[in-house]
Amino acid sequence: MKNITKTYKILDFLYSLLLVDIIKGVILTTKYMFIKKSVTINYPYEKSKVNYRFKGEHALRRYANGEERCISCKLCEVICPAQAITIEGEKRADGSRRTVRYDIDMSKCIYCGLCEEACPVDAIVETMNVEFATETREELYYNKEKLLQNGDRWEVYLSEKLKVEAPYV
Amino acid sequence: MVYISQLINELIAFILSLVHVNEPWVVFFVALIVKIALAILLIMMCVAYATWLERKIHGLISLRKGPNVVGPIGLLQPLADGIKLLLKEVIIPQQANKILFFSAPVIIFTVALLSWAVIPVEHGGVFANINVGVLYILAISSLGVYGILIAGWSSNSQYALMGAIRSSAQMISYELSMGIIVVCVVMCAGSFNLTDIVLSQQNGWYFLKLFPMAIMFFIIILAETNRHPFDLPEAESDIVAGYHSEYSGFPFALFFLAEYANMILMSAFYTTLFLGGWLPVIDNAFFNLIPSFFWFVIKVILVLSFMIQLKSVTPRYRYDQLMRLGWKIFLPLSMFLVIVLACVLRFTNSLPNIG
Repeated sequence: MKNITKTYKILDFLYSLLLVDIIKGVILTTKYMFIKKSVTINYPYEKSKVNYRFKGEHALRRYANGEERCISCKLCEVICPAQAITIEGEKRADGSRRTVRYDIDMSKCIYCGLCEEACPVDAIVETMNVEFATETREELYYNKEKLLQNGDRWEVYLSEKLKVEAPYV
Repeated sequence: MVYISQLINELIAFILSLVHVNEPWVVFFVALIVKIALAILLIMMCVAYATWLERKIHGLISLRKGPNVVGPIGLLQPLADGIKLLLKEVIIPQQANKILFFSAPVIIFTVALLSWAVIPVEHGGVFANINVGVLYILAISSLGVYGILIAGWSSNSQYALMGAIRSSAQMISYELSMGIIVVCVVMCAGSFNLTDIVLSQQNGWYFLKLFPMAIMFFIIILAETNRHPFDLPEAESDIVAGYHSEYSGFPFALFFLAEYANMILMSAFYTTLFLGGWLPVIDNAFFNLIPSFFWFVIKVILVLSFMIQLKSVTPRYRYDQLMRLGWKIFLPLSMFLVIVLACVLRFTNSLPNIG
């Protein structure tokens, strides 16, 4: 036992004298410097891949014939933990129920995705978009018009997303 | 460099002759001042790009990209940083001693530039080819401690004072072994003149001849310039930024420039002492084609990048470990090496002839 500690001490002394660990570190960092490729992406010009389940900016979808999907059932309004959604509904002349007001306060929203899960007609969904920063708070109070516009803009992506995610819902 | 110097001499003589000034000493002094101004400008540019080099190297090591937005591969980033620092407000702490507070960065900056006077960048390419160049550099680098101490004390802040105390203790303890190791080189070269030291390395650099001393000297210049792993005076995790915690704007820029100027200076000093200064790697026709100034620059850049790389290799020393290393290991070891070297030189009859 005594011999082992002695050997260890000698080895330890030699290690620190010959700067073994420093040399190892230098070799490693040199390898990283010249061989390994950088993992940084140039953000505004390059973007990383976003998963379909990503919860970003909201959108209201339409049917293929242009009719809006939302039936004003208010399930999303009820389930919203941040109470960011306000809906007012009305019966139309043809007897169908539709919203007259659909507001989301994006500054309240916590992007939990419960509205998306609660919706029976896949009307309210979340897109992959995160670049909707604004200069004033008022611009973040989204109304129905803005949400429908979002839906039109992201429709291709959204239908693909719903198709891919359908087995897991 | 010698050629450029002569060119400046003739140019100044010509310009002065246009205004009918022909006294040789006036021409000499005006030309000297112009050359010094140009040299300072060059050093400042080098310092700016040393910061760029540091950021780039650390970026590459940690798999980032480093500065790459301002200009091609971020080459204009140092200029942008400089402009930003110049435009920033200078904040003076209320309780600070104002005269000392502003004199500290000036002292540090001046001292960082002074030593360049004796560094030979080429055969004859030196401002003051004095006999005691090595001693001059040691003396000037000791003066740097005053700037740090004054900065730490006049800021009237605990962090700054702590950094200043650490820094001065560290620099003083490592200067001892630095001086002793320099004695090894001087013993082999037989001269305190830096040009002579370089010329004595024509048949083999001291890096190979005095290998252990070269390694120790490298570690010591890390401690002298407050670099990792000995950057306790600026340890941001315990004392914010050390002695320049309270500085902002242009005074801070002066500290920053002085730190990097010191790093480049020490790399140049190391190159001169151990890596054969401006001498090419092998003395053959092809290598001699490359101007000797470029050999010097290449070597300095290599030493500098190695200093920078070590920052990401080593963790910071604890203060007592630093002192232990300086006083209990480096000092006895360097003394031992001097004695061994002296014995070897004496008994192999290879002491240099001193005229």
